[in-house]
Amino acid sequence: QGKFTLLRDTRTDGSFLVHHFLSFYLRAGCKVCFVALLQSFSHYNIVAQKLGVSLAAAKERGQLVFLEGLKSCLDLLFGEEEQPGQPSPLQFLSTSDLRALFDFVRVSLAPSAGDSWKGPVLLVDDLSVLLSLGAAPVAVLDFIHYCRMSVCCQLKGNIVVLVHSNEDSEDEENELLVNALCHHSDLILWAEGLATGFCKDVHGQIKIIKRLSLRQAGEQDLVQIYQYKIQDRNVTFFARGLSAAVL
Amino acid sequence: MAAAGGERGRTSFQRRPGAGPRPPALPGTRPSLRHGQLLLSSGLPSLDCVLGGGVAVGTLLLIEEDKYGLYSNLLFKYFLAEGIVCGHDLFVASAKEHPDKILKELPAPLLDDTYGKELGDEAAAKSEDSQDSMKIAWRYQNLPKMEASPTTYTKFGHYYDVSKKMSPELCQSVKWHSFYLHEELSSEPKMKAWSMNSGYARLLQSIQKIISQEGFDGSDPQKKQRNILRIGIQSLGSILWGDGVCCSDNPEDPHSLTKFLYVLRGLLRKSLSACIITVPAHLIQNKAIMERVTNLSDMVVGLESFIGSERETNPLYKDYHGLVHVHQIPRLNSLICDVSDTKDLAFRLKRKLFTIERLHLPPDLSDTVSRASKQDLAGSAKLLSSGCGAMAIGKKHLDF
Repeated sequence: QGKFTLLRDTRTDGSFLVHHFLSFYLRAGCKVCFVALLQSFSHYNIVAQKLGVSLAAAKERGQLVFLEGLKSCLDLLFGEEEQPGQPSPLQFLSTSDLRALFDFVRVSLAPSAGDSWKGPVLLVDDLSVLLSLGAAPVAVLDFIHYCRMSVCCQLKGNIVVLVHSNEDSEDEENELLVNALCHHSDLILWAEGLATGFCKDVHGQIKIIKRLSLRQAGEQDLVQIYQYKIQDRNVTFFARGLSAAVL
Repeated sequence: MAAAGGERGRTSFQRRPGAGPRPPALPGTRPSLRHGQLLLSSGLPSLDCVLGGGVAVGTLLLIEEDKYGLYSNLLFKYFLAEGIVCGHDLFVASAKEHPDKILKELPAPLLDDTYGKELGDEAAAKSEDSQDSMKIAWRYQNLPKMEASPTTYTKFGHYYDVSKKMSPELCQSVKWHSFYLHEELSSEPKMKAWSMNSGYARLLQSIQKIISQEGFDGSDPQKKQRNILRIGIQSLGSILWGDGVCCSDNPEDPHSLTKFLYVLRGLLRKSLSACIITVPAHLIQNKAIMERVTNLSDMVVGLESFIGSERETNPLYKDYHGLVHVHQIPRLNSLICDVSDTKDLAFRLKRKLFTIERLHLPPDLSDTVSRASKQDLAGSAKLLSSGCGAMAIGKKHLDF
């Protein structure tokens, strides 16, 4: 409870982790607020069905609050004038202020009377997109900080965030954001493409870093490395060098 | 659907009778086996293979232009020509040349027998060499010859003759819309403050108007015959669009291009359309912007031509005109994507055809094998074997 998990990918696509966490928390009976900035609802729905969860049903039950970034930005830019007092969560496209987004998250995860869900969870697909849309990195860090205070500390929920990074990236704002988030997370799942290039049988390696040094000074972080292969309905993990193609 | 308690000897599955007529398939599309989306041809069958079958409806294909923009312009025209041949609607936007001019210069489609003749000439030239049977490596006699260009087995996609122009009657047979920036700017502006480059904002408004008016987003249920809209935007990000990303390292508005791509993504996802954009990536000084642009697009293909570079005279590359780098393939509705096996791709423009082929270096058969040429070979091989976005880091050659 109250954990901040950072999903990080380098040279590959780490979105399979997002799909996993989404179906994991929905199956566990938690109330999930999913801020999906990069893909449409039907994309997540189809993948979640392969993993055994129906997003449409979860939305109807009230277990899932889905913010579809693409659709809200179209409503904001091409729709009629919005009513005052109900600002769109993607208002930062014109004002570069992430407060409206934070209010949306807070309101959707606030416990209401008839709820019987276990802890709230905030899932953000692709924080790096916020930088592309004009938000300053400090503003994004503030937004995450506010979310942590309200979701992790007050409501005892979890947060899972995906960011992209690159070792020799020229995007300094992104690297700043990723480094700052790394320092504050309790668990880091880092999906990397193989250093030697593309391979059909091993799609990449994942580093799992448990930040024990945050709990107690003097403790070392626990680092585990596995390689993985993504299939249609699941992902298989194995120790390095022991993929099924080799054995 | 299953009848309970069927008679003995009969299965309990019964097909529902009269499931109703299937809706007419959209012209020029085929469904993908991987992710169930409809695929369009990009106009170049070898590029379709590399992209995993074609361009999916609702996605964006970004082409990073080569240095002089010659070959990327060709790909742009192929995409539009394919739209005309399939009967799709077109939307052409440019700040460089007037869309009417672009549409007049599209390549003419090749009829089936002429393409077969082209291939036949080449095959005849090759088969003369290999008439005699192998004496030493006779075990390999019966293995199939290696295919240079990826083959498609279904009839999807057409071939075009670059030396001929498309006939005006064929061009007029489809409905097309144009957006020429300099004409639009002179007309009345009526848009609220978007905090984006005004040229981009106008283009987005124009695209959104066409999509909602013509019913590409399904908003008009009366319309029985649905069609696809192919959008082509030429040289986005160049100075002609009023964007400063190509001029300096710290442009005054670095977010316009990425915001534009984000809103365009939203428009594409909710309508029956596909878009091709060419970007002069070699001119963009701030590489961070190029990384963000890559993340916001679905498919990214970079072209690197040999014109003017020292590779032009390199005997290793004498058959080809440039290299093709596939930087990104999307994962749509699925955890996995159809990555093609061949990562080393090159293109060449023959007299009439433009093809993308697997790059294979010819065997080094010269008598005087010098050290310099061996190092050159190794250097270029290392550069070539980079995966989809993964660079081979020289020091570590083992992952465990």
